[in-house]
This record gives sequence, C-alpha cells and structure tokens, in this order.
Amino acid sequence: MSELTRLTAAEIAVKVQAREVSAVEVAQAHLDRIAAVDHAVHAFLHVDTERALAAAKAVDDDVAAGRPAASPLAGVPLALKDVLAMQGAPTTCGSKVLENWQPPYDATVTQRLLRAGVVVLGKTNMDEFAMGSSTENSAFGPTRNPWDLDRIPGGSGGGSSAALAAFEAPLAIGTDTGGSIRQPGSVTGTVGVKPTYGTVSRYGLVAFSSSLDQAGPCARAVLDAALLHEVIAGYDPLDSTSIDAPVPPVVAAVREGATGDLKGVRVGVVTEFAGDGYEPGVTAAFTAAIEQLRDLGAEIVEVSCPSFDLALPAYYLIAPSEASSNLARFDAMRYGLRIGDDGTHSAEEVMSLTRAAGFGAEVKRRIMLGTYALSAGYYDAYYGSAQKVRTLIMRDFDAAFAKVDVLVSPTTPTTAFKIGERTADPMAMYRADLCTIPSNLAGNAALSVPCGLSDGLPVGLQIMSPALQDHRGYRVAAAYEAARDAAQGGPLIHRVPELEVSR
Amino acid sequence: MTTPELMDYAEVVDRFDPVLGLEVHVELSTATKMFCGCPTAFGGEPNTQVCPTCLGLPGSLPVVNAVAVESAIRIGLALNCEIAEWCRFARKNYFYPDMPKNFQTSQYDEPIAFNGWLDVTLDDGEVVRVEVERAHMEEDTGKSLHVGGATGRIHGAEHSLLDYNRAGVPLIEIVTKTITGTGARAPEVARAYVSTLRDLLKALDVSDVRMDQGSLRCDANVSLMPSGTTVFGTRTETKNVNSLRSVERAVRYEMTRQAAVLASGGSILQETRHFEEASGTTRGGRRKETSEDYRYFPEPDLVPIAPARDWVEELRGTLPEPPAERRRRVQAEWSLTDLELRDLVNAGALDLVAATVAAGAPPADARSWWVSYLAQQANNRGVELTELPITPTQVARVIALVTDGSLTNKLAREVVDGVLADEGDPDQVVATRGLKVVSDDSALTAAVDEALAAQPDVAVKIRDGKHAAAGAIVGAVMKATNGQADAKRVRQLILDRCGA
Repeated sequence: MSELTRLTAAEIAVKVQAREVSAVEVAQAHLDRIAAVDHAVHAFLHVDTERALAAAKAVDDDVAAGRPAASPLAGVPLALKDVLAMQGAPTTCGSKVLENWQPPYDATVTQRLLRAGVVVLGKTNMDEFAMGSSTENSAFGPTRNPWDLDRIPGGSGGGSSAALAAFEAPLAIGTDTGGSIRQPGSVTGTVGVKPTYGTVSRYGLVAFSSSLDQAGPCARAVLDAALLHEVIAGYDPLDSTSIDAPVPPVVAAVREGATGDLKGVRVGVVTEFAGDGYEPGVTAAFTAAIEQLRDLGAEIVEVSCPSFDLALPAYYLIAPSEASSNLARFDAMRYGLRIGDDGTHSAEEVMSLTRAAGFGAEVKRRIMLGTYALSAGYYDAYYGSAQKVRTLIMRDFDAAFAKVDVLVSPTTPTTAFKIGERTADPMAMYRADLCTIPSNLAGNAALSVPCGLSDGLPVGLQIMSPALQDHRGYRVAAAYEAARDAAQGGPLIHRVPELEVSR
Repeated sequence: MTTPELMDYAEVVDRFDPVLGLEVHVELSTATKMFCGCPTAFGGEPNTQVCPTCLGLPGSLPVVNAVAVESAIRIGLALNCEIAEWCRFARKNYFYPDMPKNFQTSQYDEPIAFNGWLDVTLDDGEVVRVEVERAHMEEDTGKSLHVGGATGRIHGAEHSLLDYNRAGVPLIEIVTKTITGTGARAPEVARAYVSTLRDLLKALDVSDVRMDQGSLRCDANVSLMPSGTTVFGTRTETKNVNSLRSVERAVRYEMTRQAAVLASGGSILQETRHFEEASGTTRGGRRKETSEDYRYFPEPDLVPIAPARDWVEELRGTLPEPPAERRRRVQAEWSLTDLELRDLVNAGALDLVAATVAAGAPPADARSWWVSYLAQQANNRGVELTELPITPTQVARVIALVTDGSLTNKLAREVVDGVLADEGDPDQVVATRGLKVVSDDSALTAAVDEALAAQPDVAVKIRDGKHAAAGAIVGAVMKATNGQADAKRVRQLILDRCGA
C-alpha cells in the first residue's frame, strides 16, 4: 500500500501545498488502492478516474501558479455517498429504480466540495435509499467491513466508512437519518459526525426522511472530520430548513481539545443506553473511554433521559411516513427505471410494475409502514403520537444539557455483525440505531469516535452536543483521540488487518 | 349513454332547497412559481419552464415564494378573513402522472386565511353575504394531453403527453362555507359570487383571473334537501366550469338532474362531475371504489409561516377599494343611473372609463365613447375592450379635441379609427389624415359665397327670411370642405352673408 493512502487529510493537504507531493499523485495512489482492494470491500458503486485526476490536476495547477489554496482540504481525495447529486455521475441511492440516473445538477454539498478543491473519487455504496444498518439492502450487493470481510460495515453509509477503513479514501461524506454516519463509523473504527440538523444543506440529498436527514463528514481522524465539516456546512437559501447561523467553530475546538485538557467539561453518561443488549466488549470499551475522559479532567455524571426508550418506535413511524411520501416520485414517468411500457399497460400499471420491480424489500416495508401510519384514522395514533415523543426527547435533551456539556453513550450496542445474520429479523437490525436515533429526532449534533476493540472489532464512543454546539463534541473527541493514541501507541485504525491486494 | 331526466326548474325549487359550496382556484400572477424560480408565463413551449424542483427530481427542495404569500394574505384580507398567526404547508399524497412528486404541496388544517365573507350583489340589487371558510396556498399540477381516442380524455387515449410548465404555479384555493337559503336564485348567486370574486382579485392585481385560460377555475358543489328540512343531501362536485355563464348553468343543471333522481326514489352518488360546455350538462366521472385517502402530513421540507402582525396590517393598507364600494362611489360621482352603471360594468369598461376620466375627460363623454363606438369596434374585431389598441389617454385627447371644437364627432370617430389602425396618437392622425375642422372664417366665407352663387334661388329664399332653406347651403359647404367644417358656424355665416 502506498504510504500516501495512510496519511490523514490534513497531512495530505499540507504536503500538496508544500509541493512535497502532487494532488495527482495522491489521487492516483487512492485510485490504485481502490483498484487493488475494492473487489473485496465493494465500497464504491462508481469511480470516475479521469474526473478525479482532472480535479487533482487543477489543484496542482493552482499550487504551481502560486494561487491560494481553495480550502484547507484542496487536493484531498474523498468518497461521496451515492445519495448526493453530482452532475456527470450516476446517483443511484443503492436502488434499481435509479440505476443509471444522472442528475442534471449538483447537490450543495457536492458544489462546496468541488469549490474547495476536494477530489471526488466516486460514489459509495449504501443501503437502498439509506434504509438499513448494514449496507446489505443495496441493490448492487453488500459492502464488506475491512476489519473482517465476513461482517457488515454498518449502514446505511457502509460504503463511505469502509472506504476509509480500507484506505481507499481519507475522507468521505455520509448522511445520517437514524445513525447512518455514526453506526458505520463505530463498526469500522472511523470517525463519523452528524452535524446539527439544518447546518449542512440537504439540497441535492435524495430524501429518505426530510425532517431527520443530515449529511456529515466521515474520516479516520477527528481533525480531518472537522476540516471537512467546515467545508460542507453553512447556510443555503435553497434549503428552507437550513439555519442562517455561523458554522460552529469545530476546527478550533479540535485544536483546543488536542491539548488534552478537559478540565471543567461536564460529561453526562446516558443511563438508558446500557445493560441488556449491550455486548460486554462494547460496555468494557465504553467504560474505559469514560475513565480516559475522567483522567483528562472531565467531570463525569450519570444522566437519565427516560424518553430515549421511546425513540426507536417513534423513529419507525416518522421516518417511514416521510419516506412513503418522498419515494412516491419514483414512478417511471420522468426518469429512472420503467417497467411494462409496452403499449399494453396504462400509466398507473407502469407505475405499479416499476415500483414492484425497482424497490427492494426493506424499502417496500417502510413505504407500507409509512403509508399505514399516515392513513386516515391512524394518523393521530401513529404519526401524531410519534411527533409527541419527539417533543419529549427534545425536552430530555434540554434537561440533560442544562446539567452537562455533552452526553455520551456507546454508538451502537454491538460490534459489526456477520453479513446475513440479521437480514431475517428487522427488529434486531433496527436495534443497531438505538443510541443514535434520539439526536436525529431532536436535531442536535452527535458524533462517533473509535474507542477500542472488542474481539478485534472496533467499538465507537458517541458524543452528543446541543444544537449548534457541535464544537463541544469535537473538543471532547479530539482530546480523547489524542489520549487514546498515546496510550495505545498509534491510531486505532492502523490496527485494521491488511487486505489482500489484487493486481 | 342516455340523457338523464330533468325536473322542471320551478318544481325543483318548490320541492327542494339547494345547498351550494364553491371552490375557486386562482393562479397567482407572480413572476415565478410557488417553490422555485421558474417563470409562470402562460403558453410557453411544453417543458421549457421547468427546473429540478418543479420537476420533483430526486434531491430537489422547495423554497416558498414570498410574493405568493403576500398575495395570499392580501386576498385573505380582501375577503375579510382572519390571517393565521402561524401556519404550515402539508403534503397531499396521491399518484398522478402530471404531479411530479406524486404529492401536492398544499395547506390542510392550517390555512393562511380563514373565516371571511364576501358580499355579492345580484342583478336586482339584492345583496347576499357568502361566507368564506378558508383561502389557502398550494401549487398547480402539470397538464396532461391525451392523444388518440375520441374524447381527449385519458380513457381510450393511445398515449399521453405531459407538460410541466404549469407544475408549481402558485394557486390560492378559496372555499366558501355552505351557501343555503338562496332557493331559486342559487345558480345566480353562484355566478354572482364568482363574478364578484373575479373583480376583487382583478382589483388586487394578484391574478389574470382568465377563466378561459384556467387562471380562475371554479368547482361547484351542489346538493338538494327536501324543502323545509335541514339535513344536507349528498353532494356532487362539478369541475370544468370555465366561464361565469357556465357556473350558473352547471348549478342549475345539477339541481334539475339531482331533483329528478331524488324524485324518482334514487339516490345521489357522491362523485366528481364534468361540465360539458356545449350541451350545458354535467357528466359523471369514473367512479372510485373507495374515497381517496390523501394521507396529509406537515411538509417537512418547509418551515412554518408566521406572518408578522405589523406586516399583515401594512398589507391591509395596500388593499384597493372594494369593487362594490367603488361602483357606488363612481355611480354618485358620475351621476349614473343603475342601468348605465350596469352597462358599464357588463361591458368591462369601468376601469377604462375611470382612466379616461383621470386623463381629463368628462365622465359622460368618456362613458359614451367606451360603451358605444369603442365597444362596437371591439365587438367587430372579436376582442375584449381592454384589448383594443387605444389607451384611455388617447380617448381623452380625442374628447378634448371635440370639446374645443377642433373635431366634429364624425371627424373624432375617424381619428379613433386611425389610432386603432396603428397610425399613431390622435394628434398625429389628425395631422396625417388632415382631419382638422376648418375654422378659418375667410376660407369658410369664400365657400359660403360660392355655394350661394351656385344656388341663387335658395339665396333669395334665405334673404326673404326662410332660414330653413339654409340647410341646403350648409350641405354644399360641408361637401366642399370634406366635412371638416363646423356645421353650426357655417350656418351662422350663411345667415350673416344673406343679411338675414
């Protein structure tokens, strides 16, 4: 493996600006790595070599001409989740219904990346329409976890996190509706951040559940995530739910945290997220991480958030309800898959045939759940009640954040499970998002940072911050990361097994 | 299909009380669509006024058009509604190919305006107060064109074409409360309501309100209950009512049809019916087995709208004089009879006359030009009065030229013809056509002398005091001057020359 693929994004950017290495060499090293290992990992659905090299060349030209860097990440390669629109490339959302569809416009996140000189390598695999926790629901085959190829890389953004853990890219973009950034981050030993809802534009993000979806940065190091966070965040008039407020100072917070001092920081341990269902190895790694935070000077307190127990059922009413409406547009009339258009079927029948053939089982399950929950006579009992739970969860957060600066929990109750292990048991699958869902329902910021291994598999520490206080979580994560690496003799991600390389 | 039996109208209103509910959709004349920046202009090449948002492409998001919200509030205020302190959009979910997202972004239980009323004056001056349930914002759908098949409808068509130019155009839906107690006048009330609403919207300058182009559409809900009872019957909703006359006809037809069904022991099917302009009848649609469940829920892609109270009051200050009040005022100021006022309104000339008066013309002259000669010209050309290529300012100038004696009425009509023929302003037409009245007495005197010399016998009669004989000389002088002389002045000169 080229050493260039082991570097952090921050290191690459500095080397490119210092002309120690060209952006083209960096991009090529990653493209070579993808060619060598992605047959086994299947993190990518689409790789655009020419375009990536051209983008890298443009950065090199800027450097050569002495022009200032477009951003602190100019020339750094990135893997983009296939749920974000990018002109000139397919956007499939892991679904047959959008196979080969090319959007005629860029998502705001994509536009910000391109303007920042970030080199987009390609689009990553995901659970169909981001519905899933294992990437097994992709219509184009599962992604495998580089820590153990028989295991899932989490989901829905398993492709993005696996690309990081396989050193195919130093940066990735994910989207998090119920944990789709943080849970894959946790099970792949990488950093995943769900920013405050409304701080990263959803324009061009193909909607699963509009009131919950949020794009965010994925990386192998906390600083890299923060640098990427500042590139993609910011007010966007094209997204009505976008918040017109300054981007939280996350990079500065990481630099502050990296000094290793957490004195005066109050950390609340969510008591509801422990006990039955939490693997002992996960609990042990989590407990050790809490001790580490205490050693750094943080004040540790237990905090109860009783409504969090209701988060999972509420989520499985709200998200499918919105999804049932958001996914109605895939009807074969204007774009995408079209089945049955042979002159013998009505438009209505073509819609039906296309949707029957184009959507996978999990997507259909959620469309049916959502359709039912919104039906006349059921709305109040289901969707209406779920919205009330949402309010209760926000109140729990408010009460908790009145006492502590951040809340912590394991990111997910278990380490990566085996491919196929939970496909027949949706409830077991849904439980993977138990700890991550509350922050989606409340809209506050949350991230996952690796906090050790259990039986050789990564465990994640979730750090939750109040809305627009994303920097608090980054500060704690950076302090923890530095202490962890010092104690363990290097980044956790470097302990990922070598993948078999094909030529 | 057999034509259903109809009950005689007099019997209908004797035996039943009609209940009406009117839903009017108004396309706003904002420059851009409800949730994106695409233009709203009518009649563009299909699918040229579209973007990712109004095509519902994956990942696209809506942004509310602030001008549309402003128009909605002004409409609500003009309809004497309360304006919501806080309201939301909702998604109305159903599948149809001309709806790009397969949901319509609309308002459901939180309309921007509610609880209003509109006073409607009937032909005989009776005023009926129609209560308004709500006015809410939504987006229009695209248009389907069904090709092949006999009817132009989806059933039997070979294929269908979709035009999304209209998709996302801002609509305001105005819904009345049930209108009861109007008896035999129900059809007239329906027409008068839509007509009054149209005038109001026009005065607000928020819509083209062209029923023929679909920028104002009316759905008429009609039901009957036996006279003297209070429990509403099953209603039908009639669509495709594309003119004021059709509103009246559709309601009347439904009353006679439903009455016949009920009288024969049948029951009314709750359904959507289609008005047939040519026959003046309504036709049942395809029947649905179950009623549609739209699964409304708050639109998560948009934030709530909370119009600030001072903004609402500011908008209230921009409301035009209500049309009914304006008419009363104009009638008094211009000293019009009821009949004259009605002719003026029916001719669609009120605004034009007002503008002509504003340009300096006396009201009587302004009214006379617009409702007679110009109305005739519009009629000949088959256009609306407003579409004639002459402005109120130009008409006022013509009137001024007549008043100061520069033009006779006959010459003035020629000048107007010139303006309508695109020959320029009235003064230019006068100059190029040489239409000015000959007011030079020496030139006229010469012409008079010439005429008297040509008809010596007549000259003798006049000198003998037979003044009536002067008419023949006047005619000759007018002929000699190509009609450009003031006949009164000519007559005076003749009498002077004859010493009479």
